[in-house]
Amino acid sequence: MEKKTLYNYPDQNGKFGIFGGRYVPETLMSALHELERTYSEIKNNNEFLHELEELQRDYNGRPTPLTFAKRLTDYFGKGKIYLKREDLNHTGAHKMNNALGQILLAKKLGKKRIIAETGAGQHGVATATVCAKFGLECVVYMGAVDVERQKLNVFRMKLLGAEVIPVESGSKTLKDATNEAIRDWVTNVDTTHYIIGSVVGPHPYPMLVRDFQSIIGNETKEQILAKEGKLPSHIIACVGGGSNAMGIFYPFINDDSVKLIGIEAEGFGIDSGKHCATLTVGSEGIFQGMMTYLLQDQNGQISEVHSISAGLDYPGVGPEHSLLKDIKRAEYHSVTDSKALGGIKLLTKTEGILPALETAHAVAYLNELMPSTNNDDIIVVNISGRGDKDINTIIQNIGEDI
Amino acid sequence: MINESIKQLNDKNQKALSIFLTAGYPKIDNFVDLAYKVYEAGADIIELGIPFSDPLADGPIIQKSSEAALSNGVSLNFSLELAGKIKEKIDRPLILMGYANPIKRYGIDKFIIDAKESKIDGLIIPDIPLEEYSDFFQNKFSDFEVILLTTPTSSEERIKKIDELSSGFVYCVSVTGTTGIRQTFTNDVKHNLERTYKIISNNKMMLGFGISSPENIKDYKNYTDGFIVGSAVIKSLRADDDKFTNTLKLVSELSSACREDSL
Repeated sequence: MEKKTLYNYPDQNGKFGIFGGRYVPETLMSALHELERTYSEIKNNNEFLHELEELQRDYNGRPTPLTFAKRLTDYFGKGKIYLKREDLNHTGAHKMNNALGQILLAKKLGKKRIIAETGAGQHGVATATVCAKFGLECVVYMGAVDVERQKLNVFRMKLLGAEVIPVESGSKTLKDATNEAIRDWVTNVDTTHYIIGSVVGPHPYPMLVRDFQSIIGNETKEQILAKEGKLPSHIIACVGGGSNAMGIFYPFINDDSVKLIGIEAEGFGIDSGKHCATLTVGSEGIFQGMMTYLLQDQNGQISEVHSISAGLDYPGVGPEHSLLKDIKRAEYHSVTDSKALGGIKLLTKTEGILPALETAHAVAYLNELMPSTNNDDIIVVNISGRGDKDINTIIQNIGEDI
Repeated sequence: MINESIKQLNDKNQKALSIFLTAGYPKIDNFVDLAYKVYEAGADIIELGIPFSDPLADGPIIQKSSEAALSNGVSLNFSLELAGKIKEKIDRPLILMGYANPIKRYGIDKFIIDAKESKIDGLIIPDIPLEEYSDFFQNKFSDFEVILLTTPTSSEERIKKIDELSSGFVYCVSVTGTTGIRQTFTNDVKHNLERTYKIISNNKMMLGFGISSPENIKDYKNYTDGFIVGSAVIKSLRADDDKFTNTLKLVSELSSACREDSL
C-alpha cells in the first residue's frame, strides 16, 4: 500500500517551505547553532524528558483538562464544544509550557542570564516565574503601551524578581519589545539565553517553541479519544505569533479530517487599517529573523498594527502558520475587538470561565463557525489563557455596569 | 573597485575611512550636498543607510535617524535616487546598507537594475548571514560588491567562508552588540581584531561599530585596513548647523588620523 508523505518541517535549514530561516546579524549565528545543537542532543534524552515531564506535572499542573462546554453547546444548539483548559496552567496561560522547556535548555547551555519579550505579559510572567524557580537573572522587555495596559502583569514580574524594561521605540508594543530583546541578545550573547515566547524569530525557535507547546495537542488527542472515541472535526485557536495554535495544531497535522482554524485579531476591522490580521491580508517578508507573512507598506516598512489584546498585537506571525496557510492545511480568519469582547461575555456567562482577550477571539469565532457545523461535529477551542489580567481593559470597553 | 581604492591608501601606509550616513537625514533637500562635502572632508567611502522601521542591528542613534528619515518620506526608491545624484556629482565608492525586507519588497530584479543605474558599488545587508546568502542573492548580484560581516562570535571557519563570499571588503564588527558610540573597549577587541585580520586573505578588512574618534583610529590602526564611522557622525549631524560645520570637522579629523603614517 502506498503511504502518504507525512508532514515534516522545518527542513535542515530551518525552513518551512520558503518561510522561516535565520535572517539575523552574524553575531547571533553561533548562538543559534549552539542552541540547535543542544536542543537536538537533549530532545530525545530520557533524563531531560523526565525532568520536563515532572515539572509539567508537579509544578505546572498538567495535564490540563479538556472540559465539555455543555451550556455553550446548548447555546448554539448543535455539535459538541470542548475547551482545552490552558488557562489552568501555572500563571494562567499556555506560555508556561514553553518557559519550562526553555529554562531547562538554558541550564544545559550554561547561561545564567535570561531575557524575554512580552506583549500581554503572560510570557514575561512565565519567564520570570521559571527564573525565580531556577535562580536565574531575568530581564523582560515590554512595550511602553503594554506596560500601561497590562499593569497587573508588570507588577507580578517585578514581584518575581525580574527587571521589566519599558520599550519606547516604534509602536511601543510587542514588535518593539522583540526588537529590543534581540538587540540585548546581540550584545550579551555570551552570557544570555533569549526565551522567545512564541513560534517566531530565527530557526530553531519556531521549531522548539512548537515542540514544547505540542503537549497541548498531544493531551487533547488522548483526551478526546478517551471521551468521544474519535478525533475532533474542528480545532480553533487564536493566533498572534501563534504558539498556542501551533501547540494544539501540530499533533493533528497528519490527521486530514481535523480542520485547523486560526483566528487573528481584526482590531477595528480590516478596512480601518488598524488590525493584526497578518495571514488574512498580509504579504511575504523578512522580519525579526524569519521569512513569513507580514503587515507592511509598499516600501517594505513594517506596519503599525492594533488589537485590543496586547498578546495578538503583532505585525508578523510564526513561519509555520504561513506554510500551513499556503498548503491549505489550516485556515485563518479574523475577529474584531468588539466581537472578541462578545466572546468574553459568552464564555463567562455560559461556562463560568473568564478567558484572556486573546483567547476570546477564538471563542467569538464560534458565532461564525457553528451555524455551518453538523450535529456530530466535535469542536475543540484552545482556551489559551485566563482573563484576570484583562479586567481593566474589559472595564474600559464594556463598562462596570453589566 | 572598493578593494582597489583601499589598497591604494594602504600602499601609502594610510587607512581607508568609510562614513555612514542615513539617506535623507537630517534633511532631504541638502543631503546630496552633505554627502559631497563628507567626501571632500576626507571620506574615502560613503555607506548610505536605507531607513527601515525595525533596524535590529542598530543602536539608538541610528534608530532615531532612521525614524526621522522615514518621516521625511525616504524610501528605498528615494534612497537610490539620492545615491544616483551623489554619484553624478562625485564618483567615489558608494555602498548601500539596508535591511533585507525593503529590498525584497522592492523586488530583487528591479533593485539590481535600479541600483546599477544609480552606480552603486557595494551592498551591506546586516540581516543576511551566510545561511541565507544564496537564497537571498540568488547569484544575481555579480555586478555589486557584496560585503559580509564578521563578529567576535564568528568561528575561524565562518570568517574564511565570509572572506570567500565577500567582495569590496570584509566588515569586521568590533564587539558583540548594536551600532553606537562606546566609551571604552576591552582588550578582547584587540585580540579579536588580530585574529580576524590574520584569517582574512581575499579582501581588505574594515573595522566598524563603536569607532567614534581619532583616538579609536590610532589605537587600532595596526590591526585593520580601514575604519567605518556611523553613530558619531549621525549624532553630530543631529545638532549641526546648515553647513554641517562640526560634522565636517569630525570627518576631517578622522581622516587625518587615517592618513597619518601608521608605522
